[in-house]
Amino acid sequence: MGDVLAYVEPTGSDKLLAWARPLADAAGGDLIALVIGGAAPGADVLAPADVVLEVSHPALAQYTPEAHAAVLTAAIREHTPDVVLVVNTTAGLDLGPAVATAAGLAFVNYVTELTIAGGQAETVSAVYGGALLATATTPLPAVFELNAGALHPEVAAAGRGEKATLAPPAALDSLRTTFVENVEPPDEGVDLTKADLLVCVGRGIGDADSVSVAQDLATALGAELGASRPVVDSGWLPKSRQIGKSGAHVKPKVYLSLGVSGAPEHLEGMQESQTIIAINKDPTAAIFNVAHYGAVADLFDVAEELTSLAGDGA
Amino acid sequence: MNIAVLLRLMPNPGDELEVDDGGTDIDREYIEMVLNEYDDQALEEAVLIKEATGATVTAVGLAGEGIDQALRTAAARGADRTVLVGGDEIDPYDARTAAAAFAAAIRELAPDLVLTGVQTPSDVFGQLTPFLAADLGWPHADVVIGVTADDGHASVLQEYAGGRLARLSLGLPAVVGVQSSTTPPRYVSMARLRQAMSEGAIENLDVSFERAPAPVITSLARPEVSGHATMLEGDAGKVAQQILDLLREKGALTT
Repeated sequence: MGDVLAYVEPTGSDKLLAWARPLADAAGGDLIALVIGGAAPGADVLAPADVVLEVSHPALAQYTPEAHAAVLTAAIREHTPDVVLVVNTTAGLDLGPAVATAAGLAFVNYVTELTIAGGQAETVSAVYGGALLATATTPLPAVFELNAGALHPEVAAAGRGEKATLAPPAALDSLRTTFVENVEPPDEGVDLTKADLLVCVGRGIGDADSVSVAQDLATALGAELGASRPVVDSGWLPKSRQIGKSGAHVKPKVYLSLGVSGAPEHLEGMQESQTIIAINKDPTAAIFNVAHYGAVADLFDVAEELTSLAGDGA
Repeated sequence: MNIAVLLRLMPNPGDELEVDDGGTDIDREYIEMVLNEYDDQALEEAVLIKEATGATVTAVGLAGEGIDQALRTAAARGADRTVLVGGDEIDPYDARTAAAAFAAAIRELAPDLVLTGVQTPSDVFGQLTPFLAADLGWPHADVVIGVTADDGHASVLQEYAGGRLARLSLGLPAVVGVQSSTTPPRYVSMARLRQAMSEGAIENLDVSFERAPAPVITSLARPEVSGHATMLEGDAGKVAQQILDLLREKGALTT
């Protein structure tokens, strides 16, 4: 008892085990890293684990939600951990609630902080796009889905690093889900990761026609134009311009946002920018928590003034 | 083929959220509840499949304030049927309880394919798609950006970090969590909305389900502003000048 079982992906959960090491120490149990299929992350990623639990089966050559849920459920049943951790990647979203139901465990997501005491967990979750934080108490055992952007581990001590094998569950022989192919995203000739200056437009821009205001500013400044997810999902800008969890991860010299609220999924893709300047009319917008400079202002007024100044060479 | 698209609500993104006196929920008195933005994408994807294959689309919502409007919007956008799922209690539910309610409805409606949004902004205790799939014992995929369906299978394009994509095939029946539709949700005119309201009635479906045991929210609060941002003051012109100076100082201007 007291074990922490972490679902580790080939990429996307690199900081998970280092983050979980002190949690396992506090819980008085082992840190067990579940590595599914052949594509293991690097040895440095796995180093904090006490046990690296491997499972192989032909059905695990490529990720499918059904196969990975069956394996993670089997690992939970065999090891009966107090705490099961996934990161809020696509796999984490697929698996967390599914295995919680299969194993009869509680589930909490969007977790940014997790502490364990007296057989229960206290969590802080970023909800409503990061506008509010929900503190919750959960009896253990339970499954937690962590916000990737909130994992800032200290350098972790190495674990015992024992190898163990999990028997493939029988469900892997009768899957209804098959991997078909990897698909290349369309190349639209945009590479936001190479820009020194990004102008990023968010939901606050209001509608498709107003995007031209941000485009004019980007042109005047010699910047690339990026967007947060709602702008892309509404069809106002193409997917190639999306910044965030499912878009580009950028680190420009300056990231200038217009009407971006700062949802955790967006912050994940831009919080390592060297300088962040945020314009938002809502003084409580979460973007101001990561910004180096901010202004509570109407984005259209500022964008038009700045476009004009840049054009003047002022 | 029959497609069910499950609709839930979210606070209007433009509304400022306040915490209620109890300190554990948002104050719902002054906010408008609108169709969850990801469910909007799922609805569009369902209608696109209908247009491609002749499938029937049934929009399903849980009894609660604002859901009638969302169901009527679905009808105006192309849903063939609208179903309001009632029980002894009404929304808001945690996603696990919503899944139990929808699962009871899905067993009655027996669709081949269920689409819903990948998440709602309030899903602190999990997302609907994997809970529902686990309840029904159906395969599922979340974070999907395109769905086609025929011949007993759904072909879904699943998106991973950084925009990487893979195509999966799910044996039907299945549950799919939609992140974004193949083309953006279509605009519906007020005239079309009014017409849809006069055409078909919303069907009521009473089901029994139990609230799932959920962890307890002990507090809901605004994040403390870390305060490390230097705020630029003055009118728009002054703010713009300060930003331009910063861009020069940081070497971000190429000219």
